[in-house]
Amino acid sequence: MAKVLMKGNEALGEAAVRAGCRFFFGYPITPQSELPHYLAQRLPEVGGLFLQAESEVAAINMVYGAAGAGARVMTSSSSVGISLKMEGISYIAGAELPCVIVNVVRGGPGLGGIQPAQSDYFQAVKGGGHGDYHLLVLAPASVQEMVDLMAKAFDLADKYRNPVMVLADGILGQMMEPVEFPAEILQELPAKPWATDGARGRGPNLINSLYLEPEKLEEHNHRLFEKYRQMQEQETMAENYHTDDAEVVVAAYGSTARIAKAAVDMARKEGIKAGLFRPVTLYPFPTEEINQACAKAKQVLAVEMSMGQMIEDVKLSLNCRLPVSFYGRVGGMVPSTRAVYNEISALAQKGGEQA
Amino acid sequence: MITIYERPQSLTANTMHYCPGCTHGIIHRLVAEVIDELDLREDTVGVCPVGCSVLAYNYFNLDMQQAAHGRAPAVATGIKRVHPAKVVFAYQGDGDLASIGAAEIVHAAARGEKISVIFVNNAIYGMTGGQMAPTTLIGQETTTSPNGRDAAVQGYPIRVAEMLATLEGSAYISRVSVHNNVNVIKAKAAIKKAFQTQLEGKGFSLVEILSTCPTNWGLTPLEAAKWLENNMIPYYPLGEFKAAKEVGS
Ligand SMILES: Cc1ncc(C[n+]2csc(CCOP(=O)(O)OP(=O)(O)O)c2C)c(N)n1
Ligand code: SF4
Repeated sequence: MAKVLMKGNEALGEAAVRAGCRFFFGYPITPQSELPHYLAQRLPEVGGLFLQAESEVAAINMVYGAAGAGARVMTSSSSVGISLKMEGISYIAGAELPCVIVNVVRGGPGLGGIQPAQSDYFQAVKGGGHGDYHLLVLAPASVQEMVDLMAKAFDLADKYRNPVMVLADGILGQMMEPVEFPAEILQELPAKPWATDGARGRGPNLINSLYLEPEKLEEHNHRLFEKYRQMQEQETMAENYHTDDAEVVVAAYGSTARIAKAAVDMARKEGIKAGLFRPVTLYPFPTEEINQACAKAKQVLAVEMSMGQMIEDVKLSLNCRLPVSFYGRVGGMVPSTRAVYNEISALAQKGGEQA
Repeated sequence: MITIYERPQSLTANTMHYCPGCTHGIIHRLVAEVIDELDLREDTVGVCPVGCSVLAYNYFNLDMQQAAHGRAPAVATGIKRVHPAKVVFAYQGDGDLASIGAAEIVHAAARGEKISVIFVNNAIYGMTGGQMAPTTLIGQETTTSPNGRDAAVQGYPIRVAEMLATLEGSAYISRVSVHNNVNVIKAKAAIKKAFQTQLEGKGFSLVEILSTCPTNWGLTPLEAAKWLENNMIPYYPLGEFKAAKEVGS
């Protein structure tokens, strides 16, 4: 298929349709609106359903019902709305239902702003709602990667029977880039013999997250964490850029990673051995990969559009064996290439000294 | 030998955990009988609430989903939209439906969601220890209105059936009671009509069922039935508030 020029938010919608998603439940919020707008038009064309719910709370519970009924289903929102969805997300993780949740992040806390941010990292990777659980979190850095990861998100959700979050930001959502979609719309979806569709010719199925006996609930928690362990083993994804000999490694994800890449290029031109490590899965965090990327590193720099959230996973992954510094802009302000370059350059001069 | 009474196919053999004299069990049985009579056991998905009936999935021999507190109508919406040919019902208490889930029930009705809701109004929060519900009567003592519900402080009890009947999407709305045999029979007929309304694709259906909570009302089962009759029915009149004429005929 030929490339088409598309906005990130719309590309997410088309990618979901091609991945066989037929149900969308959501509530309007900036800066993700182009995604529901697109699907409101597109889903009925392929026999699917777009339904605007009365709130994010209702939307995520509709997703729960539809996922439990065996459908490929998604919702999308931005920060403020994702917070409201957290009750339902915890139930979905507890009941082990597959679905995809898109968060096009904006600045917070509270109503915050409507400009791009990465300040929902903790909420996304640590669980976000109540109880011991994790989402599988994917962080695209281009419109093409939004398309590729959207398809992967549905497959991973089914594979692990776990909610998957695609964590983007306002820049990616609004940006137009040429993209290529898979030529065929996926028709064959995995069988879901556990789904509730009327117990025809079989015993009843139950979708549930309630375990009143402590022994049973503990067992359930262990089972969930066994899934997360498998994800850590099999699903981590990351991109390395000039890390082979890098003495200063920048760690950044999403649109910030693209700015960081340009800053690495600037540094390389100045003879600084800089590189970029970009986690694509934020949960599970690519721990082994970052250690490889930092094999020659003397300094690590985390760059985020937050006050410093991913940096905690960077430090944990490196077991604090390297100095890790931070540069961030918040509130919808975006780091400039020059500013990131300046940080890299300062760290290069420091060499192996503690930051 | 002629069998004159047996467990409906749509109920499991599990012993129910409800308190003696609680009418949740009767209501379960009525729903199950209706599903059997309409031959829907293998075409029905039920949604249970958070409340005393949270474990209803242990009693209904059906595909079931357990929903978050108040969200059963949204969960049922998700199921019904995926399987429009199946019958989907939600079973909810008054705290679940009329307080924390007020938005979900109103909008499910407004959308004309083709689901049936069994709304158990016992004027109290049973499961959590007898707190005031949105349906608690004026003057009624509960653990969070120890001196009786005072309209000046806690406002007024909600008449859910009347409220939902104002919505265009509601096709069948009625209020029944299960405090005596005559009313149990009427309650079953109403539940059947709700399911038929759904089967005929008419729109949203809800049966509000006045129910007892002897434990938290601090009454014996017999006193509780009397209390319901004398106090609840005057404020919550029984009857049909909305019905598509041709349903079930
Ligand atoms: C979000 C949330 N808030 C509070 C609770 C605690 N809770 C459990 S059941 C219940 C009240 C149930 O009362 P009702 O719906 O009237 O049902 P009943 O127990 O009387 O049948 C409450 C408040 C909860 N489980 N979830
Ligand atoms: S507490 Fe009340 S509503 Fe709950 S089972 Fe006992 S009598 Fe029934």
